[in-house]
Amino acid sequence: MTPLLQVKGIEKLYGARIGCADVTFDLYPGEVMGIVGESGSGKSTLLNCLAGHLVPDAGQVIFDTRANGPVDTVTMSEPERRMLSRTDWAFVHQHVRDGLRMSVSAGGNIGERLMAVGDRRYGDIRDKAIDWLGRVEIEAARVDDRPTAFSGGMQQRLQIARNLVTGPRLVFMDEPTGGLDVSVQARLLDLLRGLVREMGLSAIIVTHDLAVVRLLADRLMVMKDGHVVEAGLTDQVLDDPQHAYTQLLVSSVLQV
Amino acid sequence: MSAYNFAYLDEQTKRMIRRAILKGLAIPGYQVPFASREMPMPYGWGTGGVQVSAATLTPEDTLKVIDQGADDTTNAVSIRKFFEKTAGVETTEETEKATVIQTRHRIPEAKLREDQIIVYQVPIPEPLRFLEPRETETRKMHSLEEYGLMHVKLYEDISQHGAISTAYAYPVKVCGRYVMDPSPIPKFDNPKLEMDAIQLFGAGREQRIYAVPPHTRVVSLDFEDYPFEATKADHPCDLCGAEDSYLDEVIMDDAGNRMFVCSDTDYCRSRREAGHMGRLAEENAA
Ligand SMILES: Nc1ncnc2c1ncn2[C@@H]1O[C@H](COP(=O)(O)OP(=O)(O)OP(=O)(O)O)[C@@H](O)[C@H]1O
Ligand SMILES: [Mg+2]
Repeated sequence: MTPLLQVKGIEKLYGARIGCADVTFDLYPGEVMGIVGESGSGKSTLLNCLAGHLVPDAGQVIFDTRANGPVDTVTMSEPERRMLSRTDWAFVHQHVRDGLRMSVSAGGNIGERLMAVGDRRYGDIRDKAIDWLGRVEIEAARVDDRPTAFSGGMQQRLQIARNLVTGPRLVFMDEPTGGLDVSVQARLLDLLRGLVREMGLSAIIVTHDLAVVRLLADRLMVMKDGHVVEAGLTDQVLDDPQHAYTQLLVSSVLQV
Repeated sequence: MSAYNFAYLDEQTKRMIRRAILKGLAIPGYQVPFASREMPMPYGWGTGGVQVSAATLTPEDTLKVIDQGADDTTNAVSIRKFFEKTAGVETTEETEKATVIQTRHRIPEAKLREDQIIVYQVPIPEPLRFLEPRETETRKMHSLEEYGLMHVKLYEDISQHGAISTAYAYPVKVCGRYVMDPSPIPKFDNPKLEMDAIQLFGAGREQRIYAVPPHTRVVSLDFEDYPFEATKADHPCDLCGAEDSYLDEVIMDDAGNRMFVCSDTDYCRSRREAGHMGRLAEENAA
């Protein structure tokens, strides 16, 4: 089977400081990869390099495109990359303000990607928006409300709906449960797990929270100082950590 | 008059503006940046249009200036006087006789010809500005033809008002490529944007010029199930009886009586001169 994503030797420097370095892994269709590590370990830097938001200084990010098979997204043209990021890719931001249009209704937020790829029937767009609100457990009656009128948990669910409406194949998530109350987090995790299974999504999830990866990730990478120090099946890594840093992390000494 | 160069602007500046105009004509609907000059009038008065007109006029031209369809508003009169004084060109109120027409908020009802140029005063040239305030991002959206956001705006309109409520500055796609703000003309005028004359758009404060060459396809954005409609008040003109012209609603007295009259004053006058009469024609006949 061809990997959906092949990451080879990704490196990103901020001046002399290492953002992330020498990151290599494959992600297969339907797989969820978790990335954990302490604050400043390079998780977001890596994720942004993979999603095309940052240009890495070295390495390749090869995505198995529908049309042309595996293509290096780092060197593909910007229009192609932007097209990918609103069709086959999705990006769930930690801060909903980065991922939602706060002055546009919930329906308009969900409909944006549909319209961006050429959907031109208002009735269909609205139906799909309402359907997706239901799938993320928001009442249909809220379709014309702006996200500013939603709770934090609802906003995050709306962001997820807005991202998944075009049926992406790869979802990038940066701390999707960050900043939410514990009970709200649990509900969001259940929802995400359901959607990932139901849609057969492949995902890369960055988090501080080992409970999140335990629940969602098939595989795990542990990062420290910009490098991957340990990688493997989630349960293996968490139950039998090999690297001293992972052992500290798992023993929750370093949990933030 | 001798205190000024022809049409106020120096030749260097006019050349710079003409280059922007030519570039605009070569790339229909594309916003060309230009170094807008201080003009002896405030920005809200159409300094962008005035600069484009100044760079376009020749001594042989006949200029018409309209504001909301009328030749006699303060804005139209002062711009007309400005060019009478600085360029010494002939001016007219008759659409037929004009070779250059500067306008704010309307396209004349009379069909424009290939030998005419219409210059629009534009306050905000960027149609994506409402939803995306970052200029770097809107430029990128234009360059990559990412126009989904325009439909988000129309979607919001329908979801809030049950119909596309945008009545002015209704966005269009030019030549199948650039999305363009046609300036705050009523959407009734949008179908006229496909015309025989050259159309030039000038935004002074925002320093942009754009253009639509003659016979260029201009499509108003819409949804399949909410198609674009060039609406107007459902009345004939009370003065000239025209049923095909854009109407202004005028309050006539303290009792709240109203009348509908052509916003294009020259069109209305020429119809009345040709003997057409509306509901209130006699009592208003001078
Ligand atoms: N824009 C930037 N300019 C300079 N240095 C940066 C920039 N962004 C991140 N860094 C540095 O790169 C390293 C990795 O940062 P990154 O944000 O990727 O970490 P992270 O693992 O996502 O942390 P957190 O868990 O706090 O979000 C850190 O040393 C950080 O200070
Ligand atoms: Mg981070």
